[in-house]
Order: sequence, then C-alpha cells, then structure tokens
Amino acid sequence: MKLQDIRVCVMRVGGTNCDAETQRAFHELGVQADVRHLNELVKQRNLLDYHMLVFPGGFSYGDYVRSGAIFARMLTAKLGKDLRSFIDQNRPILGICNGFQILVEEGLLPGFEGVSDFPEASLANNSRGYRCQWVYLKNENKSKCIFTTKIPKGKVLRMPIAHGEGRFLFPKEKEEALLQKLIDNDMVALRYCSKDGADANGKYPANPNGSFHDIAGICNREGTVFGLMPHPERAFYWWQQPDWTSQQAMPQFGDGKLIFESLLDHFAKKL
Amino acid sequence: MKYRAKIEVSLKPGHTDPEGNTTQRLLKELGYSVDAVNVNKVYSIQLEASALKEAKIKAEEMAKRLLANPTKDNYTIEVEEQK
Repeated sequence: MKLQDIRVCVMRVGGTNCDAETQRAFHELGVQADVRHLNELVKQRNLLDYHMLVFPGGFSYGDYVRSGAIFARMLTAKLGKDLRSFIDQNRPILGICNGFQILVEEGLLPGFEGVSDFPEASLANNSRGYRCQWVYLKNENKSKCIFTTKIPKGKVLRMPIAHGEGRFLFPKEKEEALLQKLIDNDMVALRYCSKDGADANGKYPANPNGSFHDIAGICNREGTVFGLMPHPERAFYWWQQPDWTSQQAMPQFGDGKLIFESLLDHFAKKL
Repeated sequence: MKYRAKIEVSLKPGHTDPEGNTTQRLLKELGYSVDAVNVNKVYSIQLEASALKEAKIKAEEMAKRLLANPTKDNYTIEVEEQK
C-alpha cells in the first residue's frame, strides 16, 4: 500500500489534546490524517473509510468517573458496530496516553480473549499524582506489535509522559498469572527503564507512576491494537526535546518517530 | 416511580490508594493518629423504575457498565424510593 493512500482518523472529543501534533506527525511522513470529532463520525458513519484509528492524549470528558471511561462507553454506544468491524478487520488502532486509557476501558487492551465486555486491566492514579516528565523506555516486544518493529534492538527511547492516571495494573489476585499471559502472547511492548536501559523495578523516577512490571505500553494478541502512556508525537522532532539548545549535533527527529514509522512499514508490507 | 440510588465505589483491598495515603500523611502532620485513609466515590442517582427490584437491577448495571472497573474497584448499592 502506498503511503499517500493511507488514511488515518485521529478521533477527538471535548478534552482531547495533542490531536494536532499526532496529525502533523503523520503529515510529516506523507500520510493523510484527519482529526474528526466523534459526533461527526457518528453522523456521517464513515469510520470504515479509514485504514487506521488514533485515540490521542488529553483528558476526554474531564477524566470524570475514570480516565477514558466515558469516551469508551460513548464509543460503544454510538459507534460500536463500526468499531467492531474495524477491529475484526485488524485495522490498526493506536491509543496515546488518554487513548491508552480508552482502549483499556473499552476492553480492547489487553483483550486476552478478544474484545472484553469489561476492562481487564486498569490505568489507575499515579503514586505521585500528575507527572509531566521525560522518561526512558525499552521495547520488549519480540515481533508481534506492529508499532515497535522499527525500534533498533537494545535502543533506549526517550519520550515524555503527562498524566495523572497511568499506573497499569491487573486484578491483584491474578496479576502474576496475567503478566505471564501478556509475556507468553508477546503483548508487552514498552517498559519504563533507566537511561542505560536497566530495569526500573517499579522505582521512581525511572518508573514514573508505579506501573506494574514497569509497563508503559502493551498491544493486543494480534499486535494491531497498541496503547502507550508516553507521547510519541511529542518526541517527533528534535526541537521538541528538552535539551535541544545544549546539544551540538542534533538528530533530525526524536524517538517518537519510530512508532509512526513502524506502523507505516506495516502498511507498506500490506497489499 | 422515582428512586434514588446511592452507588459507592471503593478501591479493592491490596491496591495502592495514592490519594488516601497522601491525605493520611497530612492528617498525621496535623496531629491526628490516623492509621489509614481510603478515598471512595459516591454517585447519587435519581432514576425512574417500575418497582424497587427493577431500580436495584438498573443501579447494578450502571455500576458494572460504567462506574466501577472490576480490576480495582468494589461497589455497594443502596436504593430507596423517593417520596
């Protein structure tokens, strides 16, 4: 599939943010991306015109009830059928920050046995409240996740987080068994780590929110639905990085670009 | 008939409650001997139903479908008729 034929839908509602940055990242790579309001898609019923869907960051519906909970139920109620077809056809879905919370609340992630009626995990409130900081990440996905294939082996990525609720957790009594299931099915993708790539072991600041197993991003069984708390679109250009003024030779892009490139590589291989 | 449902959502035991822990720390600073603080959320919902039983079923559904995440939340429901 040619890059210019790919159509991406960045879905927004009240309280969404970074939708423009996400759209710009796709545009930079030569892909058509539209920012569409949920109500618009409901009215025009054209979600299936798109090849992929992105739920961007933010605080949809004011983060009321729980982050992502209202957006997720609204989706099911208003666009459930179209979304189901979208998923059944394995069209990629990316959830960034609040988008990850939405995918978990919607039962799409982890989705051990396919889409679940109730959330199988939670992105709970952070151990240190709202955090906005740069973090280090490593990719632990072997091959399944289509969003991380372009990350060079052993590379430590740098991206920012900005959330109050991102502490990934499973039901306490089942957490070890479910983690094993995640690992066995190659659904763990990004984990927080230290600058040199060493395990964070749940310790702040390498693990910024107390997330179980230092989980920052996971994918579904098929590898086509991916959610992560860090913001790749805010680490796309070199000038978005916090130390850009002090560096002599800056790379042209930031590490976030690798996520978008992996995805486009998936499309390039298709058809 | 009109009913009022009170749905209280609390964290399941074993999960960390950062908001409760922070509150506890401050209450201790203020000189209170506080062993634990848990922060719960209470939804007070006015609803229509044909009978008390139906109101309870509806409230249960609301908790399951939206207000609680079974991964980490417990909930209790009280329903009473509104005069």
